[in-house]
Amino acid sequence: MPTNQGKRGTFARITRALTSLVTLCSGMTPLSEAMTQTDKSGVSRTRWVEFAIEGAIRLLGFSTIGFVLLIFLFLLREGLPIFYEVPLGNLFGTRWYPTFDLFGTLPLILGSILVTVTAIVIALPLGVATAVFVSEIAPHWAREVLKPMIEVLAGIPSVVLGFFGMHFVAPVIRSILGAPTGLTVFAGALILAYMALPTIISVAEDALDTVPKSYRDAGLAMGATQWQTIWKVVVPAARSGILMAVMLGMGRAIGETMAVMMVTGNAARVPLSLDSLFRPARTMTATIAAEMGEVAQGSTHYHALFGIGIILFLLTFLINLTAASAIFHKRRRGGLR
Amino acid sequence: MDKIRVEGLNFYYGKHRALTDISLAVRDRRITALIGPSGCGKSTFLRCLNRMNDTIRGTRTEGRILLDGQDIYTSGINVVELRQRVGMVFQRPNPFPQSIWDNVAFGPRVLRSHTRSGLADVIEESLRGAALWEEVKDRLRQDALSLSLGQQQRLCIARAIAIKPEVILMDEPCSALDPIATLQVEELMRSLKMDYTLVIVTHNMQQAARVSDWTGFFWMGELVEFDITENVFTRPSNRLTEDYITGRAG
Ligand SMILES: Nc1ncnc2c1ncn2[C@@H]1O[C@H](COP(=O)(O)OP(=O)(O)O)[C@@H](O)[C@H]1O
Ligand SMILES: [Mg+2]
Repeated sequence: MPTNQGKRGTFARITRALTSLVTLCSGMTPLSEAMTQTDKSGVSRTRWVEFAIEGAIRLLGFSTIGFVLLIFLFLLREGLPIFYEVPLGNLFGTRWYPTFDLFGTLPLILGSILVTVTAIVIALPLGVATAVFVSEIAPHWAREVLKPMIEVLAGIPSVVLGFFGMHFVAPVIRSILGAPTGLTVFAGALILAYMALPTIISVAEDALDTVPKSYRDAGLAMGATQWQTIWKVVVPAARSGILMAVMLGMGRAIGETMAVMMVTGNAARVPLSLDSLFRPARTMTATIAAEMGEVAQGSTHYHALFGIGIILFLLTFLINLTAASAIFHKRRRGGLR
Repeated sequence: MDKIRVEGLNFYYGKHRALTDISLAVRDRRITALIGPSGCGKSTFLRCLNRMNDTIRGTRTEGRILLDGQDIYTSGINVVELRQRVGMVFQRPNPFPQSIWDNVAFGPRVLRSHTRSGLADVIEESLRGAALWEEVKDRLRQDALSLSLGQQQRLCIARAIAIKPEVILMDEPCSALDPIATLQVEELMRSLKMDYTLVIVTHNMQQAARVSDWTGFFWMGELVEFDITENVFTRPSNRLTEDYITGRAG
């Protein structure tokens, strides 16, 4: 049957292309023996094509690394000077008034942390509950509807969310609290929680999915209810994945700028009083975004903004590191049995 | 005395009939072994006895299974309570990725069947019952996955007896174990017989002959032979059984 063979041929070619891609990516020697055997006439050409593809992929890979390094070096060059231009007491002081040469980053750092942590405290239970619902309880059709919907959630631009927060969430908060403004840490945290939710849900759901069915069977066979099995067996078994979900959500939240700038009120005060949650605050990202337009290149203020960038980068890096070590532990424990 | 009576059991995975008209009686505090070639329905039958098949979509059961005279497939039955009375040990050891202590404590905690101080006693008793206590008593807080496979399987048995079931079902409990661990588990089965009714699936015929009191031979979803073990192995009434146990079929 010629047609059938034709199809087979295409299929084989695609498979071959894919395998060579995979070998290339994993850095092994390309050109499997099978390929050398299949078409003798094409060997040298295949070899050449392989070589070109391999070279191109290498180039792309290394240039990505190069760009990341460059950006990092640039960040260091522009940001590090602040750490010796300004005394550390000033730099980690409580007052951020660049016009008066006061560069206290403490309120900004604490502002970012407070907004982010509040956001996660809101998003974590919601996200995990949704993930449990989607992966353990929902009937098949509901899962098929919910999963794409969650992905759509992730696609809403942050400006739109910020606009929504400014005109709907903040007024509600203001009228409930009777406060002078609804543009508060809490409003920012709500919007950020909303933005972190899709990440948390989908990563946590993946984690729940990799929990072997044998654990669930064991729980049910012991006379545990479905709920007890989920809560006492499945969720604990997925905890490293859930931790990773939280970290990724946090990474997303702490780096978010636009929505936060629009709804948190941007007052650079140290948010350590009890009512801080319901008062304005200012984050590191919002500070950089709001002030970058007005600084003179090379000025102390300019270096200070990049200095904040370095601090932000370190925080994000730390969060990612925690997430990575969570994955590492999971692999080592053999959680994917 | 009959602990479980199965009457005219048919079982379906969707349209596929996996069990045909099974009837047998499981004696109280005896070991009943089920043998037969792969795919003949042994596991399916075992999972009917604690309704674990309910967790698989599209399955259907006909006929009756009486536990102490009460049909476990009538609508009034509480499946969760049933599984507390009929425990199960699986083919691959499947301890939870938690400490040894937490594994054994799982059942008692879920059932709240203990006082706070009683939990330690329950755990020791269960681990002793599963002949594991001496090996793990100094590292109860360690991850259960750090145990050897044989120890893991005995831990699963300890976990099962911690809720004090009446019947324990074991689906090829030794198939993932080495010969020494297998002998330990077999030894354990004999001692469990004092307090529990055991139904074990095995495709190791020597094992069935060594440990069981009654043996059932399954063949393509049917129960071809069911008798006292000695009879099944010395004078089987069916040609198929004879061929299978002498190694000519299967
Ligand atoms: N989850 C399932 N869905 C559909 N068919 C199944 C399922 N489990 C088992 N079967 C089928 O039921 C029959 C009996 O299987 P099983 O009870 O596992 O046999 P055994 O344990 O004796 O090897 C086989 O034909 C098998 O393909
Ligand atoms: Mg089986």
